[in-house]
Amino acid sequence: MKSIFKLTAFVLLAVFAFSSCKKNDNNNNTPATDTNKVHLEFFNVVGGSNLNLNDEWYKNENGDSFTVSKVNYYISNIKLNGSNGTTSYTEPESYHLVEQSGALDQTSFDLYGVPYGKYSSVTFMIGVDSIRNVSGAQTGALDPANGNFWSWNSGYIMLKFEGNSPKSNAVDNKLEFHCGGFTGANNTLKTVTLNFPTEIEVTKSGVPHVHLQADILKLFKGANTIDFSQMNTIHMPGPNAKILSDNYANMFSVTFAGL
Amino acid sequence: MQSVGNYRLHFLNHSMKKLLIALLCCGFLAAISVTGCKPDSSNNVKPDSSNIISFKVPEGWPKPVYTFQNNALSQAGFELGRKFFYDVRMSRDNTISCGSCHQQFAAFAHLDHDLSHGINGLFGTRNSPGLDNAAFRPAFFWDGGVNNLENQPQNPIENPVEMDIKLADLITKLNTLEDYKPLVQKAYGQTTITSQILFRALAQFMAAMVSSNSKYDKYMRGEEGGAMSAQELHGLTVFRANCEGCHKEPLFTDYAYKNNGLAVNLKLNDSGRAHITALPEDRNKFLTPSLRNVDLSRPYMHDGRFNSLDAVVEHYRTGITQSTTLDPLLKNGIAMSDQDKADIVAFLKTLSDYTFTKDKRFADPN
Repeated sequence: MKSIFKLTAFVLLAVFAFSSCKKNDNNNNTPATDTNKVHLEFFNVVGGSNLNLNDEWYKNENGDSFTVSKVNYYISNIKLNGSNGTTSYTEPESYHLVEQSGALDQTSFDLYGVPYGKYSSVTFMIGVDSIRNVSGAQTGALDPANGNFWSWNSGYIMLKFEGNSPKSNAVDNKLEFHCGGFTGANNTLKTVTLNFPTEIEVTKSGVPHVHLQADILKLFKGANTIDFSQMNTIHMPGPNAKILSDNYANMFSVTFAGL
Repeated sequence: MQSVGNYRLHFLNHSMKKLLIALLCCGFLAAISVTGCKPDSSNNVKPDSSNIISFKVPEGWPKPVYTFQNNALSQAGFELGRKFFYDVRMSRDNTISCGSCHQQFAAFAHLDHDLSHGINGLFGTRNSPGLDNAAFRPAFFWDGGVNNLENQPQNPIENPVEMDIKLADLITKLNTLEDYKPLVQKAYGQTTITSQILFRALAQFMAAMVSSNSKYDKYMRGEEGGAMSAQELHGLTVFRANCEGCHKEPLFTDYAYKNNGLAVNLKLNDSGRAHITALPEDRNKFLTPSLRNVDLSRPYMHDGRFNSLDAVVEHYRTGITQSTTLDPLLKNGIAMSDQDKADIVAFLKTLSDYTFTKDKRFADPN
C-alpha cells in the first residue's frame, strides 16, 4: 500500500514538474539570483532644450530652420555592464520602439530581472539587428503594424524623423528621413556604449533610473553636416541613410543614472 | 494530504490499483509529450481525415527556404491561413481577397489578366505571379524586395490599388469577426489575432502549396502518366540547351534577377530590381519566374505583355531589345527553328500539374 502511494506521489510530482511551463523565463539554467528592475527613459532634445513637436522652430548646423513632427527609433540588444568587470545583464528579447509623435508617446520602459549589483554603463543598438530583419513576421515592438517596417523592401526603419524646412524642395517643404538598411556598405546599424555619470546599484529596494538624451541637432551634424536643400527625403536603404546613421551614432548620451 | 491519499487507496482493490498505475503512467507520458510548452496547440490538432495537410520535399528538389520555424505546420494553422486567403473582408471594402488575383486553376496566378484589378477597379503595375512552391522561393515579388514568405502579404493588403487597408486597421477589423476566434484558438492557442498570427497562418497555407505532379515530374520519376511524346522530349532537349541557363530544373528558375530583353514599358516605367537596390546595374532586371504550371498561368512577363507561350518563345528568338543590363546569355537571342519553338512549347505544357490545381485542400472552403 505504501509503495503504491509512493509511486503515486512520485508520478504526480513528475507530471507536475514536466508540465509546468516557464514561459518568459529569461534566465534558464542560471542559479536563482536576486533581481530588480532598471527604468530607462528617453528624452529628445534640440541642443539645450526639450523637443517640442510641430510648433517650435529650430536651426541645424548648416543654418537651415526646421520643425519636427515625429521622431521614432528602435533601441535593441540592451546590456548593462557591471562595474569592475563584475556582474552584467543582457536583456532577453530586447526590442523597443521609442516614439515621440504626439498623443501616443512611448519613451520609457523597464529592464526586468537585473541582478543585484553595480553597473557603470549601458550598451545598445540603435536599430534592429539583421537577424530580425530576415526572420519573418514579428510581434510586439517589431510588429510591422507599428509602421516602422518597409513591407516592399523588407526591413525595419531604424530611425524615423519627419518635419518641415523652408530649405527642403520636397512637396510641402517636407523633411522625411526614414533610415534603415541592415547589410552591406550601407548598413545603418549602430551599437553604442554610454558610461553612466555615476554608477548605479540595483538592490532589493533600489530601482535605478537611467535618463538617455537624444539630441536631434546631432542627427544633422558630426560625421556629416546635412543641408536640407540637398537632403530632405530618405525612404529606402542607401548612401543617404548611411550618412544619417553615421550622425545618429553619436546622438545619444546619458544625463542621469541613479535613484 | 497523506491521510487522504491513504484513505482513498485503502478502498482500491488489486485490479483498480493496476488501473491506477496504468493511468498515472499514461498521464506521465502525456505530460512528457507536451513539455514543449508551446503557446500554440497546433500539434494536438486532430487531423481532418481527407484534408490532412503535410509538407514533403519532392525527391531531388533542393531544401525549402521556408522551414516553418516557429510556425509548425498544423491542420488548424493551415485552415486558418486558407480562411484568411479566401476572405474578402481582408480588403477595405470587403470586395477583394488574396484568392481574387491568385486563382487555384491558374496555379494561383491571375488568368488572362496582364495586370490585376484591386479595390475600386484600380490596376497595379505588375502581373500577379503564381504561388506554387512558395516555400522554395528565397525572395518575393518581381523585384525580390521581400525576403520572407511571412512578410509577403503585407504588400497586397496595404497597397492602395489592391486591398487598401492599413495593417493595424485590418488587425482591428479581424478581431471583431467572431467566426475567426475558434480557429485562431485552435491554431495558435489564443483568440486575439495579431499581425504575426495572420502572417504565419497565411505562410502555412502558401508554403504547403507544393506542386510536383506534372507529366514532367512523373517522367523524371519514371512513374505512370509520365510518358512523353517524341515532340515533348525533343522540346526538353532544346529547352535544356537554351533555357536552362536561367530556368534551372527542378524548379525551373535560378531565383536571380535578369534583364531578359523586354522593351521598357514606358507607361509603367518599372525599373525592377533597381527599385530595391537603387543600383544602376539592376535596372530592368526582374526575378526569373518558375515555369512550373506555366501553361495554366498566362499572361506572361512582369507586366503580362505576352498572351501565349508561343509569343514568349518568339520573344527570345526575335524580340530581344539590347541594353546595358541585358543578360549576356540573350545578347544574340536564342536561335531556333519553327519546329524547335513548337517543341519547346509542347514541353512547357508538360509542366502543368492538374493534381495541384484541383487539390481540394487549397480550394476556397466556402
